[in-house]
Amino acid sequence: MTDVNPPTPPRPTPPTSTPVASPDPDPAAALSIRTLYKSFGEKRAVDGISLDVPAGSFYGLVGPNGAGKTTTLSMATGLLRPDAGAVTVHGVDVWQRPLEAKAQVGVLSDGARLFDRLTGEQLVIYAGLLSGMDRPTAVSRTADLLQLLDLQTAAGTLVVDYSAGMTKKIALACAMVHAPRLLVLDEPFESVDPVSAANIRDILGGFVRGGGTVIVSSHVMDLVQRMCDHVAVITSGRVVASGAVDEVRAGADLEDRFVELVGGRRVQEGPEWLRRS
Amino acid sequence: MVATLVRLRLLVLRNSLKRSVGQLIAVIIGGLYGLFVLGLVVFGLFALNFAPVELLRTIVVLAGSALTLGWAIVPIFLPIEQTLDAPHLAVYPIPLNTLLTGLLISGVVAIPGAITMIASVFTFGSWLRMPGVAVLALLCGIAGALLCVMLSRAVTSAATGLSSGRRFREAAGILIFIPLVLLGPIIAGTASSLQNSKDVLPNLADAMSWTPLGAIWAIPSQVALGDPLGAVLRALIGLATIAVVFLVWRWGLARALVTPVHATSRVRAQGKLGLFGRFPDTPAGVIAARCLTYWFRDPRYLRQLVVIPLLPLLFWFYSSISHATFLLQISGPLVAFVLGGALIADISYDSTAFVLHMSKAVPGRADRWGRASAVLIFGLPAVVAITLITATAGDSWMPVPALLGLAIGLLLGGLGVCSVTSAVVVFPAPAPGDNPFKTRPGANTALLGSTFITWGVLAVINLPEIVLLIVSLTTGQQLWGWISLVVGIVLGSITLTIGARLGGRILDRRAPELLVQLQKDA
Repeated sequence: MTDVNPPTPPRPTPPTSTPVASPDPDPAAALSIRTLYKSFGEKRAVDGISLDVPAGSFYGLVGPNGAGKTTTLSMATGLLRPDAGAVTVHGVDVWQRPLEAKAQVGVLSDGARLFDRLTGEQLVIYAGLLSGMDRPTAVSRTADLLQLLDLQTAAGTLVVDYSAGMTKKIALACAMVHAPRLLVLDEPFESVDPVSAANIRDILGGFVRGGGTVIVSSHVMDLVQRMCDHVAVITSGRVVASGAVDEVRAGADLEDRFVELVGGRRVQEGPEWLRRS
Repeated sequence: MVATLVRLRLLVLRNSLKRSVGQLIAVIIGGLYGLFVLGLVVFGLFALNFAPVELLRTIVVLAGSALTLGWAIVPIFLPIEQTLDAPHLAVYPIPLNTLLTGLLISGVVAIPGAITMIASVFTFGSWLRMPGVAVLALLCGIAGALLCVMLSRAVTSAATGLSSGRRFREAAGILIFIPLVLLGPIIAGTASSLQNSKDVLPNLADAMSWTPLGAIWAIPSQVALGDPLGAVLRALIGLATIAVVFLVWRWGLARALVTPVHATSRVRAQGKLGLFGRFPDTPAGVIAARCLTYWFRDPRYLRQLVVIPLLPLLFWFYSSISHATFLLQISGPLVAFVLGGALIADISYDSTAFVLHMSKAVPGRADRWGRASAVLIFGLPAVVAITLITATAGDSWMPVPALLGLAIGLLLGGLGVCSVTSAVVVFPAPAPGDNPFKTRPGANTALLGSTFITWGVLAVINLPEIVLLIVSLTTGQQLWGWISLVVGIVLGSITLTIGARLGGRILDRRAPELLVQLQKDA
């Protein structure tokens, strides 16, 4: 790799970006990130990200592939140690008091395996019991979640034999079973069919209306525009815009605004040989 | 196209080495070892110039047959290639025959293939006295090596062609393991029964030279012995073998290209919690339930379980031929030793699923206790039972208390030490659902390193029990045995407690770093 983070071409600071005010994490926010850095070898994956996710918001994290979304969310949930920076969840420092912080967060990691030799039901109960609840609670919550996610018929099937979408849903159930205040979902809609996606959206909407906070990372702008009330655009490990969805898109379509912010769109019709007529 | 496939294979090999320095070092050490062995083989082949033709023939035919057999069997355990397998290539419009050629050549340039090819070609080196035969040997060497590579391909593709269901693959992987473990006794048994007849090996070589495995290797020596007809017949056998193997491979590959791996599943009813309904509902309790479920459901763990009954069987065999009953009784502590060390790969086997433990903030100590108690639940009864059963079989009860002490000390101590080492190091392990015999480049060296450290510590910790066992055996006084039993239980429990606590603390601190490594290995 020779082109390590080419300097971003100077572009006017988007007026919609709400700069993070205080240098310390905001205790009132559901998730507060301050100047987070992480490098993998030569590559700077996260380059000074600061972000406040207001309590009770439905927050979308969008960015092109390799922008640092997964890295940021991993560090925010105590799964990856940052090189520098601070993260608090409802005022609790994730890296100083991890047990307390993690009790408030439900995580869905993109690309992580599950304990897939368990049945779906066993897996969710396992997740519940791991977070410290008693068995009757875990069992009844699991039943509720399986019903909510329309997985009852697959409850007794080994997770290894699930389809991609079902796997995503059972992972979501694992993330929600301990009734977290904050759900951090990395690519929750990837390879989920439209009906299940709509159901998941409804469930997350209900979760937010019930006072919870949801952060989703996604490539699907349309989904984020319809679903989220707040959005942050990340590219090359930096936040280029953040705030309420309507502010960030500034009258335009979120997808167009995203492409404009991130750059890299080339207007051309593709090479000659690819054209048929 | 053929060149592209070959280049792809080499590129994948190079890139997989670039990901981690440790892996690279491991591969270099492995490669040097391979080169050393190869050098010895080539040297030996040249040295055979001074041997009579009959001896040369026996050696080359037997070694060649064994090599060919190895290439047929090994791919069942170690799928040689993941990148160039049928599902990955199915999307590209590559003509079947081109694909076959490409796969064949890329098999030859991979490390095992290259070593086989070089060693086979150098069989010409033994024929410096007859240049004509040397040329023939060169050709036969190439044909033999190609047959080896083709055979391994044919076996893999035929296996996938026959059934691609998950259950079948997993069951086959475990079942095939059993005869392999017992291979030693089987060979020893046949060898000892044949030992009486003096020229068993030449006879065996002669028999093998008529089989598909050995025919090609026998052609040069047949000519050298002045038997052109025999050489022609064996050449025909060899050619027929190559043709059949090629056709089977072609059939299997054509089938595999249009039959992707599919899932077959047994569905249980909702509400069947299995072990999760029976264990205490604390984090440690459910982790034990989960691990125990895995021990009986995941092929990677099952393979280790199979060892429990096989080890005593193996030692029963050896003790019956050497008439040393003590050898049989050692199997109790030995099983304990194996099971105690089993935890060393536990987090590596979890792979990135371990993230669940992290995101649910499971205390490291609960994690350690859960995993250790899963092994204890079946391991302790198994070890005690084996010790008692072998004592009954050998009708020798004197050393039982001391052996039990050592066994329990080894089991508890092993679990304790592994609780620490497995929190410090994770290494590339076969992924969940992969063939349990698959090894990843560099995995062995990393595993060996931590295994040796674990064994070293374990040996020191169990020194009192070992000494007491020896004392009780030499003095013949029961008392020492009972002391050993008490010491084993007490010392083992202390080690496990300390190990779980220390390992738990390390895990709490190092979990994010372990996860990074797991993600790299996944």
